Amino acid sequence: MVKIALVSCGTEYSGIQKEIEKAANKFGAEIILPEIDLDYIDEAYEKFGFSAQSSSLKLMIARAMAIVEGKSKPDAVFIATCFRCAEAALVRNEVRRFIQNNTRIPVVTYSFTERTKADELFIRMEALATTVTRRSILAREKQEGLTLGLDSGSTTTKAVLMENNKVIGTGWTSTKDIIESAKTAAAEAFSQTDYDWDDLDGIGTTGYGRFTMGQEFGAELIQEELSVNAKGAVYLADCQKGEATVLDIGGMDNKVITVNNGIPDNFTMGGICAGASGRFLDMTSRRLDVDITELGPLAVQGDWRKAMLNSYCIVFGIQDLVTTLAAGGSKADVAAAACHSVSEQVYEQQLQEIDIREPLIQVGGTSLISGLVEAVSETLGGIEVIVPEYSQHIGAVGAALLVSGMGHRQDDK
Amino acid sequence: MVKVAIYPPNSLILADLIERKGHTPLVLQKQIRQKIKDPEIDSPPMNITEEDPIKGLKYAAIEVPSGVRGRMSIIGPLIDDAEAAIIVDGAPFGFGCIGCARTNELSIFLLRNRDIPVLEVTYPTNQDETYLMVNEINDFIDSLEEKSEEE
Repeated sequence: MVKIALVSCGTEYSGIQKEIEKAANKFGAEIILPEIDLDYIDEAYEKFGFSAQSSSLKLMIARAMAIVEGKSKPDAVFIATCFRCAEAALVRNEVRRFIQNNTRIPVVTYSFTERTKADELFIRMEALATTVTRRSILAREKQEGLTLGLDSGSTTTKAVLMENNKVIGTGWTSTKDIIESAKTAAAEAFSQTDYDWDDLDGIGTTGYGRFTMGQEFGAELIQEELSVNAKGAVYLADCQKGEATVLDIGGMDNKVITVNNGIPDNFTMGGICAGASGRFLDMTSRRLDVDITELGPLAVQGDWRKAMLNSYCIVFGIQDLVTTLAAGGSKADVAAAACHSVSEQVYEQQLQEIDIREPLIQVGGTSLISGLVEAVSETLGGIEVIVPEYSQHIGAVGAALLVSGMGHRQDDK
Repeated sequence: MVKVAIYPPNSLILADLIERKGHTPLVLQKQIRQKIKDPEIDSPPMNITEEDPIKGLKYAAIEVPSGVRGRMSIIGPLIDDAEAAIIVDGAPFGFGCIGCARTNELSIFLLRNRDIPVLEVTYPTNQDETYLMVNEINDFIDSLEEKSEEE
């Protein structure tokens, strides 16, 4: 069983300990608390050098030290502190960095409220468990046979057919009924080839609807999107060796994943604020009365500094943009301001939490909005951002790649 | 008999000193015991649920982290009930601890503002200081006895 160490300042006082354990158990993992004695707490705290006022944070530091010094040997670490606590946020970040700099153990951080439920933690726990238990699958670098990848996202459902290491068909539709949307996307992908469902060697599913689709289609691989997208991104960008960072600004949540030799070793996942999501750009394009595909080129022509945008909020931010238009501002400037706002927020909420490793591979539907890609590069000090071919189908490509070798449907025939 | 709040609220040593003099220490353990004995709740280890940090809103605003409000939902009623209080400042883990500096700040402030007799002492660093602290606490508890008899 995968052992996930809980390094926290007191999840039990927020009433969410059970939810954390439930999320870990679902993916065959168990939560452990690194055991330490009283004397070690002071010793470790002194050594770490952060003067925390809260004694639970001292305990948290000592638990992290016990992991780094090998007194406790977990397979993965889950660092959690209360949302809105400044002192805990400082310690959480330093402890994460400390563990990452000194071990190869996968780490994920989370700030919780009393409303945190197991469902919100599933994807993080599954990704932690995957990086520990399924390294062999994640090490796959080449697709073989005929496989179908299905990605049921919050906004769109994508399908990709791959054969002998090449994408031969793609499908895309907005997500309504999960199964019907998957069938529609798959039909579109099949229509570009001479193949049908019966010809497949295997099916891989990912995204929010992965379990529902997996059950319906008897998928050989049902996998969360953090590992799948990371794998798909480095595969398409031809960065399977060495380090890279994958950024996926989605319709509902954002993922930032650092990868080493094709295997994810750290990730953060946002989803608290719609203003930092693809949804903001979707709403902007509607208010500008342009198709979402035109928003990117329009933004590239504009200057975000010329548009007033005083709020990060999806409601008030859009209102600001409308006010700019009413005052005679150009659509291009407004589009640029929207892209800049999303990129700035993704940076503030997530990218600063992770040590960016170049190259940065931007994927997901929003990676096709050139203005956003440019804004991300600018926010990060002009670093190179790679947008690979099929970046909008990233989850489906990753699923089709990872399931190859697992499906043997044709062997039985 | 006087109900005496203690801080840290889970200090067994303070609770013992008060009990020896025949008063009632208001300790965290009793509250937690009540919660874990309740078969209706299943949220280990302490049966604090999502509802408790919401109850804590009586003591701290919504901007305050859930962990502080969760703690206050248990400590707050003890403070409300207190007829006297003993606060030990700078105590180490082993003496008793609630783990959160913000909860400490708020709880101590609320105790000071209750208009009840409050004794504040600093945790001793040597044997002499320890004798002094225990004597000070005993004198304080004795004075409560006299007051309650006068009443």
